[in-house]
Amino acid sequence: MSGMVIQPVLLWSDALLFVLIAVITGLSLWARRQDALRAAWARVARDRVAMAAATVLAVFVLIGLLDSLHYRARLEPQAGDKSVTTAVTTARYAVEVSSALDALLADLRSRTEKTYSAPLATHLFAREALENSTQREFPRLQHGGAHLGDDLSGHELDIAVRVSRGLAGGLVVWLLLVAVVRRTNGLDLKAVLGVGAGDTAKGAASGVVLITLLPILLLFGAAISLGAGYHVFGTDKVGQDVLYLSLKAIRTGLLIGTLTTLVMLPAAVALGILAGYVGGWVDDLIQYVYTTLSSIPGVLLIAAAVLMMQVVIDTHPDWFATSAERADARLLALCLILGMTSWTGVARLLRGETLKLRELEFVQAAQAFGVGSFAIMRRHILPNLMHIVLISLVMDFSGLVLAEAVLSYVGVGVDPTTISFGTMINTARMELAREPMVWWSLLAAFGFMFTLVLAANLFADAVRDAFDPRSSA
Amino acid sequence: MLAYIIRRLLYAIPILIGVNLFTFALFFVVNTPDDMARMQLGVKRVTPEAIQKWKAERGYDKPLVWNAAAAGSAALTDTIFFSKSVRMFAGDFGRADDGRDIAREIGERMGPSLAIALPTFVLGLFVAISFALLLVFFRATALDFSGVVLCVAMMSISGLFYIIGGQWLVSKVWHLVPISGYSGGLDAAKFLILPVLIGVIGGIGSSARWYRTIFLEEIGRDYVRTARAKGLPERVVLFRHVLRNAMIPILTGVVVVIPTLFMGSLLTESFFGVPGLGSYTIDAINAQDFAVVRSMVFIGSVLYIVGLLLTDLSYTLADPRVRLQ
Repeated sequence: MSGMVIQPVLLWSDALLFVLIAVITGLSLWARRQDALRAAWARVARDRVAMAAATVLAVFVLIGLLDSLHYRARLEPQAGDKSVTTAVTTARYAVEVSSALDALLADLRSRTEKTYSAPLATHLFAREALENSTQREFPRLQHGGAHLGDDLSGHELDIAVRVSRGLAGGLVVWLLLVAVVRRTNGLDLKAVLGVGAGDTAKGAASGVVLITLLPILLLFGAAISLGAGYHVFGTDKVGQDVLYLSLKAIRTGLLIGTLTTLVMLPAAVALGILAGYVGGWVDDLIQYVYTTLSSIPGVLLIAAAVLMMQVVIDTHPDWFATSAERADARLLALCLILGMTSWTGVARLLRGETLKLRELEFVQAAQAFGVGSFAIMRRHILPNLMHIVLISLVMDFSGLVLAEAVLSYVGVGVDPTTISFGTMINTARMELAREPMVWWSLLAAFGFMFTLVLAANLFADAVRDAFDPRSSA
Repeated sequence: MLAYIIRRLLYAIPILIGVNLFTFALFFVVNTPDDMARMQLGVKRVTPEAIQKWKAERGYDKPLVWNAAAAGSAALTDTIFFSKSVRMFAGDFGRADDGRDIAREIGERMGPSLAIALPTFVLGLFVAISFALLLVFFRATALDFSGVVLCVAMMSISGLFYIIGGQWLVSKVWHLVPISGYSGGLDAAKFLILPVLIGVIGGIGSSARWYRTIFLEEIGRDYVRTARAKGLPERVVLFRHVLRNAMIPILTGVVVVIPTLFMGSLLTESFFGVPGLGSYTIDAINAQDFAVVRSMVFIGSVLYIVGLLLTDLSYTLADPRVRLQ
């Protein structure tokens, strides 16, 4: 790999993702100084389920972030390398956009087979005519189980050895982690894990995080150890490793779940507050706009808008230098369109809350002091609406991740070259009628999506309970 | 009452006009008909003549909103806006790309859509409310807790999984019903059972959890304490008092979807091969039949607005205190 030139690439979605992280960091620094907010977050931290869910989410976010550090590697063109991966090859530059995750998973990514193979298999899923045989047989995989050689009697034993080696590795890493936490916190083992009496809030939270990390690390260990010799979740139609695809799909899901809310929030907040505070014809107009938009059934509005967006993108090929950029633009446009259909609910909530706040004493006092309308909205109304914004942000996330899969199925989702849970399910669906069934890529996509959405749902519930004044009972 | 209905109907008109203008802008202003023609014809077949022919076939070769060449009122009527958008109010949706009349097609396909959507809706509502009541009856016990966990887990599963998994298990492994298909009459039952069942199961998680929250909110009120104080058994308190009072918030979310049941479900219908409006929409999206998608957007909005009206009316039935003026 000598002579490799790395040229960082910042896709629009990456930039927005980093903006989002900067905003969240800034807001959390600000929240640390607000007593009420700190107390609410402390309530979330005391919730064991929420902390476990947050740990799982953090792992997903980490994978998504690694996958957002894009670069172009200048490689010697290799003969016979026809990897049709997401990091789309760009004919003009003869370089492809890869991410840090791609670099970490270089092995998984490059070891493609011819077509379907079952998880941990040594042979292809379909029979083929072999060169030195008249019968059609299952050919050996090029990579999966290649280290076994011709003697396949040790296949099961090899898997068992690799699994236990991986589990042991995961356990060792976890024990090291526990030791580090023990050293830095100066607590005894029981306190670190948050078991037994006298657990402090800090100890309980770190304990839940550590205990949640144990199965995650064990799974990672087993996957790494198995993945070195096999395709853990099998391969898909064009022979790509399904584990690699599942990990790449995480970024798409995270982006759609977060950026959608991010792009629509400014408009929703501004219009909601304006309608509630100013009233009169401004209120009427804003209400008319969001009633009209929300009366169009969501899927149909999205479908219509995506169809039109496809026309725009297709008729302006010169806008995008690479197909990676085009896929990225399409992803962002999808976020915008999803945001367009979902901002109405938030705007309505904020308008209602602003109507209530407007009549409260502190706002009236500010008005009596002659504070301008804009300053009142910004300094007195907006901070008191932040909990609604936060709750809708976390509550919308899981629904959006699920919606992506459905929209991709309907044909109005992400670009077909973008790896996402939706595109994985969509391509796997074609093979359902096959006998025996090709189930692994479906199950992998559903499994990863379920874990992500379940963690998000549990975390969102805890956040809502902690921040919603009505549910503090 | 009648005056109220009329006023609400009048209020719906500007919203429908807004939807109409919005779809017009989306389909004809964001992209010119030339763009659409180029996209649909594909790169190879694009010639000026082909584009002209494509536009003429669909009536897109007129000016957008003002026909300067025409005389009198035809300057307004002989335009894309009038022939494609304004005529929707009269129920004239034009023709699909395959030449069939869209309005007629919609009329024919409403039946199968409703045959799946209505039983799913009624059964789903019944099951979700019963389940929520059960959880509330055993509130703050292990049963309640595991029920809520089950709800959260079920709402975290993709709707696609329910359909694919259900088809695989019931039709492929157990061979109980055909995988997909549809027929009219009594014979339809064997095709309908599975999609309805899957629709009900897929919807339980989120709705049961929501109803449970509503019931719990009601159960903390004074009238419940009064009912218990006068010695009513918990069963009666729940079914006679809590359930009826909780109907108002439940109705808000439920009645509005009744008219949109006609639209069918995109996923269910396309997976089960039901010739309803949902699969019609999906086919139109995949074939990029703009006229059909535009019509479905308009009809969907009309049905939604009818749903809002029905919601208001249902309040008077559920709560005698509500008087509509």
